[in-house]
Amino acid sequence: MGRKIKCALIGSGNIGTDLIYKIQRSEVLEPVWMVGIDPASEGLARARDMGLKTTADGVDGLLPHVRADGVQIAFDATSAYVHAENSRKLNALGVMMIDLTPAAIGPLCVPPVNLRQHTQKLEMNVNMISCAGQATIPIVYAVSSVQSVDYAEIVASLASKSVGPGTRANLDEFTYTTSNAIVAVGGARQGKALAIINPAEPPMIMRNTIYCLTDDEPDIPRISESVRRMIGEVQKYVPGYRLVNGPIFDGKRVAVFMEVAGLGDYLPKYAGNLDIMTAAATRTAEMFAEEILSGAIQLKATEAV
Amino acid sequence: MSAHYALKGRKIVLHDMTLRDGMHAKREQISIEQMVAIASALDEAGVAILQVTHGAGLGGNSVQHGRAPHSNEAYISAVSAKVKRAKISVLLLPGLGTMKELQSAYDCGARAVHCATHCTEADTARQHIAFARKLGMDTSGFLMMAHLNTPAGIVEQGKLMESYGANIVYVTDSAGYLLPEDVKARIAALRDALKPETEIGFHGHHNLGLGIANSLTAIEYGATRIDASLAGLGAGAGNAPLEVLVAVCDRMGIETGADLFQLMDAAEDLVVPMMDHIVRIDRSSLTLGFAGVYSTFLLHAKRASERFGVPARDILVELGRQKMIGGQEDMIEDTAMTMAKQRGLSGA
Repeated sequence: MGRKIKCALIGSGNIGTDLIYKIQRSEVLEPVWMVGIDPASEGLARARDMGLKTTADGVDGLLPHVRADGVQIAFDATSAYVHAENSRKLNALGVMMIDLTPAAIGPLCVPPVNLRQHTQKLEMNVNMISCAGQATIPIVYAVSSVQSVDYAEIVASLASKSVGPGTRANLDEFTYTTSNAIVAVGGARQGKALAIINPAEPPMIMRNTIYCLTDDEPDIPRISESVRRMIGEVQKYVPGYRLVNGPIFDGKRVAVFMEVAGLGDYLPKYAGNLDIMTAAATRTAEMFAEEILSGAIQLKATEAV
Repeated sequence: MSAHYALKGRKIVLHDMTLRDGMHAKREQISIEQMVAIASALDEAGVAILQVTHGAGLGGNSVQHGRAPHSNEAYISAVSAKVKRAKISVLLLPGLGTMKELQSAYDCGARAVHCATHCTEADTARQHIAFARKLGMDTSGFLMMAHLNTPAGIVEQGKLMESYGANIVYVTDSAGYLLPEDVKARIAALRDALKPETEIGFHGHHNLGLGIANSLTAIEYGATRIDASLAGLGAGAGNAPLEVLVAVCDRMGIETGADLFQLMDAAEDLVVPMMDHIVRIDRSSLTLGFAGVYSTFLLHAKRASERFGVPARDILVELGRQKMIGGQEDMIEDTAMTMAKQRGLSGA
C-alpha cells in the first residue's frame, strides 16, 4: 500500500468521531491527531482507543506537532466562531483546511459539482456548507446545468437526535450559508433553505425536497436524465442517497424528493445529514490527497494575516 | 338564574389570528386593503394584539408554504400605519424565518412575536427569543403541536423558553387534538412551574369543536393570553372563533376589553364574505383533530388528493402515522405520490 496523507481532526464530537471511521477506510488518508477542549471527552478517549494522538488544548495543542507528524490536511468540526482562528494557525504551517462549520471563509465545496476546480486552484481552505447543502445542491446543479433556474428552494427534515447543540443554537447561520450556496454553487439565481427538526421515534431518516423554478418550460427528459446521473455521482460516496419521488413537473416547478440514509459508522443510519457531511469532507480530502501524492500540487505555508 | 360564575373578574388579553392563521385558510391570498379593513375593525373593537404575517410567519413566502401577493413588510407597514391602539405581532419559526426578518418586521412596526418551535425543540429558538427581547418585543415561546409532548415535557420546554427571555409561554394545539383535560394538565403544570410574572397562553384549533371549551379551560388554569380569529378564519377547522369567545367571556364575567357587537359585525361583514371555503369541521378537518395532524396540512392534502387521486383523509391519516410536524408540507405531496404508486394509480 502506498503512502497516505496524514490528517488531524479538530472537534471531538459526533462529526469528528465519525470522520475517524471514514478516514481510516481511505486508501489515501490516515487520521493521526484528534483535537478537543475537554480532557474528559468521550470522543478523545475513543480516538485514543482507535490509535490517534489526542490533545485537549485546542488547536494550540496540535501546532507543535504538525511538522514532526507530517499533518497536511485538517478537518474542522468545531464552530463558526473559532474556525477562522483555527484555519489561520494551521494554514500558516501549510496545512490545508476542510471546514465543516458554517464559517464559510473559504470557497464552498460540493464534491460532484465543483471539487475539481478547488483542487486545481490549490485552495487552502474549503467549506462544506451544511448537511442540507450537501444533500440538495447537487440536484439544484443538475437542473441548472440543463437550463436556467430563477429560484431554488430546499427543505431539509432532520431527526431531532441528529441535530447537535451547535446547529440548534445557530439555525440562522445554517439558513444563510445554505441559501447562499444554492446560488453560488447550485447555480440558481436566488436560493432559500428551510430546516425542520422532527423528534419522531424511531427517528426519521433525513429527507430533502428540492424545488427549482425554471425560467422557461422545463425540458423534462433532459432534466430527468441529469438528476438521475447526479444521484449516481453522489451515491459514489454516500450509498444511502436515494430518490424517493420525482422529478415531478408542475408548470415551471421541478420537485425532487430525496432520502439520505447514513452508513452507520459511528452515527446511526437515520443521521444521513451528518453522514453526508463527513462523507463529502472525506471525499474532498481524498481528492486533494491524490493530487498531493501524485505531485500535481504542493501545499505551501501561507502568510499569517 | 345566577350570574355568578367561577371565572368572573378574570382578565385576559386577546391575540387575534385572523390576519396570520387566516392566511392559511385563504391560501395566503389576502389583500392589503382587506388586512387594513379587518385590522382597523379589530382595533376599534378593542382587541389588544393583532398578528399580521404570512401563514407560516416571517420568511414564509416560499414554494413550500405558498406565496402571498405582498411581502410581510408591506402588510405590517400598512396595518401598523392604520391601527391606533392594538399592538402588531408576527410569527417566527426558526429554520424558516431569521433574525434579519424579525428586525425588518420590527422596523415596520411589529412589537410582539410568537417565536414558534415544535413542542420538543425549544432550544432552536434561543437566539431568536433573546433577540426579540433585546428589541423590546412582547415575546412568546410558542410550543406547537403540544399534544406530542407530555405535561412534564411541556414544562421542561417552557422553562427553556422562559430562560431565553420569553415573557409568555404558549400551549399551541396546532392539530386541534387536545381534549379539555389535556389542556388542563399542560396549562396547570406550566402555571405551577414558571415564574409568576411569566404569562401563559393558549392557541386552539377547532377541529374537534373544542376551540372555545379548551380556551376556557386554559383560562381557568391560569392562561391570560388567548389566540382566536374572527369567524374562526384559520388553518384546519379554524381557530377559536373570536366573537364567540368574547360572547362567552362576557357571559362568564371574564374581562377581554373587547366589544362583542363590533366583533360580530366584523366577522359577518368582513371575514365571512371573503372566505374561499366555509371554515368548518368537515371530514378532512375532523380527521386532523382526530388523528393529531398539523392543521395547515389540510388544504395541501386536498390539493395533493386532486392531483394524485388518493383521498385527502387517507393522506392525512398517513401523515399522522409518520409523525410529520409543522413545516413538513413537502412531505404531503411526497406521501401522496408514494401512496398513489402503492395503489397503482397513474398520477405519480
